[in-house]
Amino acid sequence: MEWKLTDDRPIWLQLSEQLARRIITGVYPPGSRLPSVRELASQAGVNPNTMQRALAQLEQDGLAKADRTAGRLVTQDTAVLEAARRAEAQVAINQYFDAMAELGYARVQAAELLKEENL
Amino acid sequence: MNELLIKSRGVSKSYGRKTALDRVDLDVGRDRIVGLLGPNGSGKTTFIKLLCGLLQPNCGELAVNGQKIGPETKAQISYLPDRMYFADWMKATDLFDLFRDFYRDFDYDKALAMCRSLGVDPKDKLKSMSKGTKEKVQLVLVMARKAQLYLLDEPIAGVDPAARDFILQTILTNYNEEGTVLISTHLISDIEKVLDEVVFLKEGRVMLHNTVDNIRENEGKSVDALFREIFRAQPMEGGNF
Repeated sequence: MEWKLTDDRPIWLQLSEQLARRIITGVYPPGSRLPSVRELASQAGVNPNTMQRALAQLEQDGLAKADRTAGRLVTQDTAVLEAARRAEAQVAINQYFDAMAELGYARVQAAELLKEENL
Repeated sequence: MNELLIKSRGVSKSYGRKTALDRVDLDVGRDRIVGLLGPNGSGKTTFIKLLCGLLQPNCGELAVNGQKIGPETKAQISYLPDRMYFADWMKATDLFDLFRDFYRDFDYDKALAMCRSLGVDPKDKLKSMSKGTKEKVQLVLVMARKAQLYLLDEPIAGVDPAARDFILQTILTNYNEEGTVLISTHLISDIEKVLDEVVFLKEGRVMLHNTVDNIRENEGKSVDALFREIFRAQPMEGGNF
């Protein structure tokens, strides 16, 4: 999985979003140990301090917690994971509506079109 | 241990009538990677040479780790100059021997390991190496020390974009974690994501000193974009070209 960084927003924020996504999608499974700060920083080609900040945000969001010995573990709290997944889904939904609005479809129309899709 | 690693107060330096640095005030802390950015001729190399003790300021006070520039600070600084200064009949291992004699903090085994990972044969003579390979050897010499302050003057200028990433990676994984890395460059977009903070120099003065994240948050754009905006070439009056 690639790290994608854009120009318009703080790097730590983008890193923490992408880490969260990896946790939600099971790249880092519940209860597993996250790679070390240095390791992650090296993968993403960023400064360790920046990665540290991104990981601190994950802890704050409850997606990871510091281990007693060393490093961080992915949470096993399914409620927290599900809430994070739902939040990501909401982002995707909003993106859909925004794209449709740009094409001239009201939200109701956009929803109707989605229902017509063969599911 | 002093909190501030670099402390500069009213430092000025001129070459004859030409002012290179004009009353520079700057504080840089520990454990971070700092970009010293500015267009050509803005004073980046002069500032680095002052920190190394290769030049003396005309006025002002400059301290590294709480000490005036001298033998003690030189022992704590690992400096990558903007040009090569070694005889080309030497092998990389000859240079490693030299550095081991000169600097107590030089780690010979680490230097060899870095050569391996950078694909450099340390038994080759400098004469037979490409420009990019020579730059890699110089980088190995500098990063294999456990210094308090790494001063890297244009470390990525002479190498191709793929090698740049490799070199940045080498810097990131090898610097002493309690130390600070000061990198001067004008290739900002390549280096932005490894920096904690940036210092913009313009015509010998510090015009901005902030963290990369703050800049992105406040300006909504990358440091590279901000740099281009600030330093956009202004045609001289009447000079329509």
